[in-house]
Amino acid sequence: MMLTVAVDQEGFLLDHTEWTRELAEEIARENGIETLTPRHWQVVEFMRDRFITTGNAPTIRALGKESGVPVKELYQLFPKGPAKLAAKIGGIPKPRGCI
Amino acid sequence: MTGILEEPQVAALPTKTIEKVAIVCSKGSLEGIYPALIMANGARMEGIEVDLFFTFFGMDAIRKDRQAKIKVATVGNPGMHMPTLLGALPGFASLATRMMSRQMEKLDIPPIPEYVEMIADSGAGIYACKASVDMFGLTKEDLIPQVTGIATVGEFYELAAGGQIIFT
Repeated sequence: MMLTVAVDQEGFLLDHTEWTRELAEEIARENGIETLTPRHWQVVEFMRDRFITTGNAPTIRALGKESGVPVKELYQLFPKGPAKLAAKIGGIPKPRGCI
Repeated sequence: MTGILEEPQVAALPTKTIEKVAIVCSKGSLEGIYPALIMANGARMEGIEVDLFFTFFGMDAIRKDRQAKIKVATVGNPGMHMPTLLGALPGFASLATRMMSRQMEKLDIPPIPEYVEMIADSGAGIYACKASVDMFGLTKEDLIPQVTGIATVGEFYELAAGGQIIFT
């Protein structure tokens, strides 16, 4: 089934409240991740929580230290950039930080 | 008189994305090393393949004995906007370094040792320049464990092949 939501040019959701877990699975597949494992979910949920509570996506440093998934594993789970990809799958805007 | 111009021969267009970078870090001091680390980490965050090469005093960033002691250059640094003599006062470089480090911590920029480790964990290659290692009389033992290897200039170019080279 195709899910229809509004996204920006790079495929990030415009409204994070439209996000669902099924949608996350679909975005993941479109970005080369066939199945979201519990470790993927841990990262995606951490990103979402952080964004919803603070208004900002965490830095990769914070992600590595506080999500419970170390930096090395983050890059294994999301080879094309953990922060960017986890944000996309989590339905939040693209992180804008340099760090 | 008018004529028909020959159709220009266009080579295959380069790709619009950068897939790989080799970053050379050649300067010691805090402001010499951070730009290279920020560029490297930023590239990995975008999924770009990265190799980092440390040469001359840039190698301080991967030397066990110096990595945690890197300071801002307060002398001979026009960017400090203050008299050189003031920058030469004892303790001044440490003070400036503390101030800058505090500012960076606020932005969640890690201290150099943690940053290098994080970049290595992200899958970047970390290399020391062979000429510099020899010049300073060092061995691999003097370098942090995250160092992938010691590379000659030729090996550097081999590793950099097909990507962009950034010199800092």
